[in-house]
Amino acid sequence: MRLLVSGLSGILFALGLSLSGMTQPHKVIGFLDVFGKWDVSLIFVMAGAILVHGSVYTLTRRRSAPLLDSQFFLPQRHHIDRKLLMGSAFFGIGWALAGLCTGPAIVSLVSGQWEIFAFLAAMLLGSWLVPKITG
Amino acid sequence: MEILFDQSDVLRALLGGGLIGLSASILLIFNGRIAGISGIFFGLFQGPSEQKNWRLVFVLGLLCGGVISILLLPDPFSSRVQTSFWQVIVAGFLVGFGTRMGSGCTSGHGVCGISRLSPRSMIATIVFITSGILTCWLVGGV
Repeated sequence: MRLLVSGLSGILFALGLSLSGMTQPHKVIGFLDVFGKWDVSLIFVMAGAILVHGSVYTLTRRRSAPLLDSQFFLPQRHHIDRKLLMGSAFFGIGWALAGLCTGPAIVSLVSGQWEIFAFLAAMLLGSWLVPKITG
Repeated sequence: MEILFDQSDVLRALLGGGLIGLSASILLIFNGRIAGISGIFFGLFQGPSEQKNWRLVFVLGLLCGGVISILLLPDPFSSRVQTSFWQVIVAGFLVGFGTRMGSGCTSGHGVCGISRLSPRSMIATIVFITSGILTCWLVGGV
C-alpha cells in the first residue's frame, strides 16, 4: 500500500512539475534572471505548493504517526551549519547554469534528450563526492 | 530590469505548484516521508536496501508522470538545455554536489521545509535562490 502511495505521489509530482513550467529550463533561468528579463511566474509554483502542503502539514503535525507507517521520517538536524550554506550556494549555481534541478531532470529523462542523461550522470558524481570530501 | 508577467503562465504555475504540494502531502500523510527529490534519488544509491523500494517506485512514478505529461500537455520538454556539453556537466555536478552537501533542493527545502517552517530550509532556500540569481546575472541570463 505504501508503495502505491509512493508511485502515485511520484506521478502527481511529475505532473505538477511539467504543468508548472519547472521542466522548462528557459523558464527557470527566466525566473532567476532578476536583473535581466525577469519571468516571475515560477515563484507561484512554490507559493502554490507551500499553500497546499503547509496547510496539510499544519493539520497533521500533531499526529504521532502517518496513516500507513509507525513513524514520521522528518529531518532531524535543526541548526544552520556551513554545509547547509555552502551546499545551497553550490546548488544555486548549478541550477542557474542549466535551468534544471533534481526533480525536473529526472522527469525530463522521458524526453530522451542527451543533455538530461549527462546532467544526471554528473549529478550522481557530484553527490558521490560529498561524503568523500566531508567525511 | 524588465518584468514578464503572463496570466496563463502564472495560473499554470499555481496549479502545478498545487499538484506538487498535493503530492508531497500524500507522501507525508500516508508514508510519513518528505518529498525531497534529491534525497529520494540519492537514497537509491546508498543505505539499507529495505529503504530503497519506495524510493524506486517514487522515481518510476516520476517517469510515468513525465510520459503522461507528454500526452496531456503541449510539449512540456520543448525548451532544451541551451548550453554546451561542459556547462551541462558542471551544472549537473554542482546540483548533485550542492544538494547532497546542503541536504536538500527546491522540493525538500523550498516546499517541504518551508511548509514546516524549518529555519534550516528557509535559509537554504534563500541562499540557493540568491546564488541562482547572482549566477544568472554573471553568466548573462537566457
